[in-house]
Amino acid sequence: MLEGLILDDFMLRAALAGILVALAAAPLGCFVVWRRMAYFGDATAHAAILGVALSLLMSTSILAGVLVVSLIMATLVTLLSGRGYAMDTLLGVMAHSALAFGLVAVSFLPGVRIDLMAYLFGDILAVSKTDLAIIAAGGVLVIGLIYWRWSALLTATLNEDLARASGINPRREQLVLTLSLAVVVAVALKVVGALLITALLIIPAATARRFCHTPELMAIAAAIIGGVSTTGGLQAAYWLDTPTGPTIVCLATLLFALSTAAARISRLVSQRGSEASARG
Amino acid sequence: MSLLSIKNLCVTLGRHRILDAIDLEVERGEIVTLVGPNGSGKSTLLRSIIGAVSPTSGRIYRQQGCRIGYVPQRLSLDPTLPMTVVRFLNLPHRHSRAAVANALAQAGIPGVEQQQIADLSGGQFQRILLARALMDSPDILLLDEATQGLDHRGIADFYRQIDRVRHTLGCGVLMVSHELHVVMRASDRVVCLHGHVCCQGTPERVMASPAYQDLFGLDTADALAFYRHEHSHDHSDSRTHSPAYAAPTCRPSSGPAPAPAAKPVLKQTAQRREPALQLIAPNAEGCH
Repeated sequence: MLEGLILDDFMLRAALAGILVALAAAPLGCFVVWRRMAYFGDATAHAAILGVALSLLMSTSILAGVLVVSLIMATLVTLLSGRGYAMDTLLGVMAHSALAFGLVAVSFLPGVRIDLMAYLFGDILAVSKTDLAIIAAGGVLVIGLIYWRWSALLTATLNEDLARASGINPRREQLVLTLSLAVVVAVALKVVGALLITALLIIPAATARRFCHTPELMAIAAAIIGGVSTTGGLQAAYWLDTPTGPTIVCLATLLFALSTAAARISRLVSQRGSEASARG
Repeated sequence: MSLLSIKNLCVTLGRHRILDAIDLEVERGEIVTLVGPNGSGKSTLLRSIIGAVSPTSGRIYRQQGCRIGYVPQRLSLDPTLPMTVVRFLNLPHRHSRAAVANALAQAGIPGVEQQQIADLSGGQFQRILLARALMDSPDILLLDEATQGLDHRGIADFYRQIDRVRHTLGCGVLMVSHELHVVMRASDRVVCLHGHVCCQGTPERVMASPAYQDLFGLDTADALAFYRHEHSHDHSDSRTHSPAYAAPTCRPSSGPAPAPAAKPVLKQTAQRREPALQLIAPNAEGCH
């Protein structure tokens, strides 16, 4: 059975696509967690549906449409975030209105009935060779960008003034993140869908936090956890005959719960140990 | 040319003019302290020097290749970001292990490389910030209330360290501080800021100037409110006024004894302008 799995071409493509997206999402997800941008990720991802609808209406490439609309949304949110609006409310409005407008726009499409579920929850098993090439290009671009700007991004995340004093422009670094986020959303749409992209960004990073001492380790651990979640979720979905995107997120969440429990237990054990040694 | 030279700097944020026609120079090897009530533009001045605030008019000249070491007023580390001390000191540029150890020693907190920043106390964290500012052997150190969270012993030690650093690195120091009594002892020059430069000069001259007395002495309600606020964050430094607390009772034997030199200066000030410190001290005691 396992042999059959590996030789199945579409399964191999799906696995590769999943791993690539997980690798790109991991370091970016760490920044999303550190900078508390979870809702920002949501807004960008939900705008993708609007991008899908617009590109179908104008019959352009879906990838380009999603990329452009996500980028516009991310930039808009970045610009507004500096101006003292109540951010959570504003992001809530923008995220869900983008999704709603997208869904309504899709219903106007003449003739074609598109499979909305595929865009909302992903359709990783339908990844074509072209899709895979695009995902690979996007993934490599994002990983390269984050790797190149890593130290500057990290400094700007710690404190903007500290970054300025070191000659780093925090706005430029924010732009790097915004751009990366839009690219990840565009390429991950096929894998986990618009509704679950944020989960793929945040859950592996949050899981990794429990047992990492430096930011670099956390990013690497998040990449591994993300990779395990996507490949494991893919297999589990195949065996259980469940939708793939949600299964991937379920597995990631399971790992998160396990790591939380493990961290709690190890803390209790070490407390016991230190109490015992204090008594002895 | 001076290390840092500010000419006619004006900063307007929104409708408020925060800084108005500021002229300021800092020379190599000199400690200049900015004092002034809350909202007087001290942090804005430091932030415009590092380029975080753009001036509405005026110029800031830095000597060619002048490296800045900056300690921000507030730095809160998100608990989701794991960060060891050594990693923090290597941001954004990597340094040798020896350089890190050296900076930590200079900041008076050696041997904590592998600790998580989140596990440090407030005072330790301020020293780590100082160590980071020292990493690139700065030509000028900008410290924005770098002693917040330190107890009175810590504050005295901190200023001694700054003094040592400016001698070893030969750097200029421009700092913001609210600990007037320590400032007057530790600075070569004091600049009294209140949107504009009220007065500047040696500590003695500034304390004797009517503008300074206006700001800190006669307008007592303002001065007291401003001091209460400070002391709600720090419950011990006001006690340096009292000789009983200034004695080095529970201190490890290393390092020089804390300077009791505060007393003559304090007496001097008390004679010159009675309201300020006399009013501040008893009330500050009262808020413990």
